[in-house]
Amino acid sequence: MTRKSLPLIEAGEAAPGAPERPLDPARRAFLRTAAAGSAVAALSSCGLDMEDFLRKHFKELSPAELGRVLAKVEQRNQARFGRKTTVRADGPRPGVEFGYGLDLSRCVGCRRCVYACVRENNQSREHPQIHWIRVLEMEKEHGVDLAHSEIYYEAEGVPRPGKFYFPVQCQQCRNPPCVKACPTQATWKEKDGIVVIDYDWCIGCRCCMSACPYGARHFNWATPNLPAAELNPDQHYLGNRPRPKGVVEKCTFCIQRTRQGRYPACVEVCPVGARKFGNLLDPESEIRKVMETKRVFVFKEELATHPQFYYFYAT
Amino acid sequence: MGHWMAWARESALALALALAASPAAGAEAARPAGGPGTKAEARPEVLVEAEAPPFSEGIFPCSSCHADLEKNGTRRELAFHDEQQSIFSHDAEHRWCLDCHDLQNRDVLRLANGAHVPFTESYRLCGQCHGDKFRDWRAGVHGKRVGMWDGPKTYFLCVNCHNPHSPRFKGVEEVVVGGKKTVAPTLTLIKPEPRPHRPEEMRP
Repeated sequence: MTRKSLPLIEAGEAAPGAPERPLDPARRAFLRTAAAGSAVAALSSCGLDMEDFLRKHFKELSPAELGRVLAKVEQRNQARFGRKTTVRADGPRPGVEFGYGLDLSRCVGCRRCVYACVRENNQSREHPQIHWIRVLEMEKEHGVDLAHSEIYYEAEGVPRPGKFYFPVQCQQCRNPPCVKACPTQATWKEKDGIVVIDYDWCIGCRCCMSACPYGARHFNWATPNLPAAELNPDQHYLGNRPRPKGVVEKCTFCIQRTRQGRYPACVEVCPVGARKFGNLLDPESEIRKVMETKRVFVFKEELATHPQFYYFYAT
Repeated sequence: MGHWMAWARESALALALALAASPAAGAEAARPAGGPGTKAEARPEVLVEAEAPPFSEGIFPCSSCHADLEKNGTRRELAFHDEQQSIFSHDAEHRWCLDCHDLQNRDVLRLANGAHVPFTESYRLCGQCHGDKFRDWRAGVHGKRVGMWDGPKTYFLCVNCHNPHSPRFKGVEEVVVGGKKTVAPTLTLIKPEPRPHRPEEMRP
């Protein structure tokens, strides 16, 4: 036989301290199958099936496979909430890069955006309560300074004299630390700038949460508490579809709305018109007018995350 | 000689081709920079005006009362229109009714140059003094728009958020005008939503 193959490792052959020799490919394949088999046995007890476990990464799915995955999510929604939902997976549009502007001179800290986001994006209502937007009350004397900020400010008497309000959500960084930290590539940046999470791919290690300098990622410590009557049935696979326990979630610029050309829910609800949204590549867009005519800054600029979320002062 | 002629002919042809191609090439190069190229992909921008908030009941048209009243252009405290006078805080020291309302035709507003403006275009009146805000508003930077970021959108007017007689922003409420939802300014501040739960309150 002329074909050479790596020698099989015989029991007791490897001398102690000798460098480990690579496994025979056939043996590796066998081990992999065996591991997969035992994993599948374990999976059957947690409600997942073989197809979910062995499917390809979201970005590698063929249209037919994606269709099956979406149909399965709709089935799961039906089983969990008893309601018909539409789960889409619209891709990024060419020539579009989203930008978000927030006018700090207008925000009055009313938290309408927080709760509109919760309703739109099917977050857990309580136990655990998850808010993708967090409004910080800061002191005018200190400016944007987290050391002098308060998330849990009481509603009464707002806006308070001497304070200003600084909403924080995912900044959709161009250089996202969370994406670098993810060990499973369950989170990535899309072409239009949205950093998305595949909840089926997330293993709940929370490395991304510790990497994010904005506290914009939130973990489902328990199964989300979402009343069926309040479910938003208009869903996106990478956005507001209901999450299972043990995955991380975050703002997606309302991907289910913005990929269809609509404004995000927080923009539409803001009673003072402090929130601006549009295509950074379109010179006529509102966000470009903001960038060109206003005093704009990004949060924690020194970290070089290069957010696509801009704060500005219109006055 | 023959060679030179051939070269000259070729180079002239090349030059002509280059000249003919250059405007097209220029347009191609300009595309990614924006303008028509990126616009073509986007949906046509349609701006829809929101419904203005309703007038106080029974107050419009003004001429229904004012037609029979004597026209008096002297600045004074009015015996009527207390609902406006009591809240009036729009540079009250220097201004009064007839700076914006027209003495001769009560059903229209009056610009500083004397031109008439219907109530539906009151933003032109506001824009005379608040030019910076007016510019921002037209660009979509000041004020609020709802709908599509790349398509039809509704923009709100000055009077949807600012009471012209007491223009400092306080709050807004949803109202229905002519079967359409819109917003109207209020004289009370917006009541904020409750604070988020603290971690210790989230334990089941």
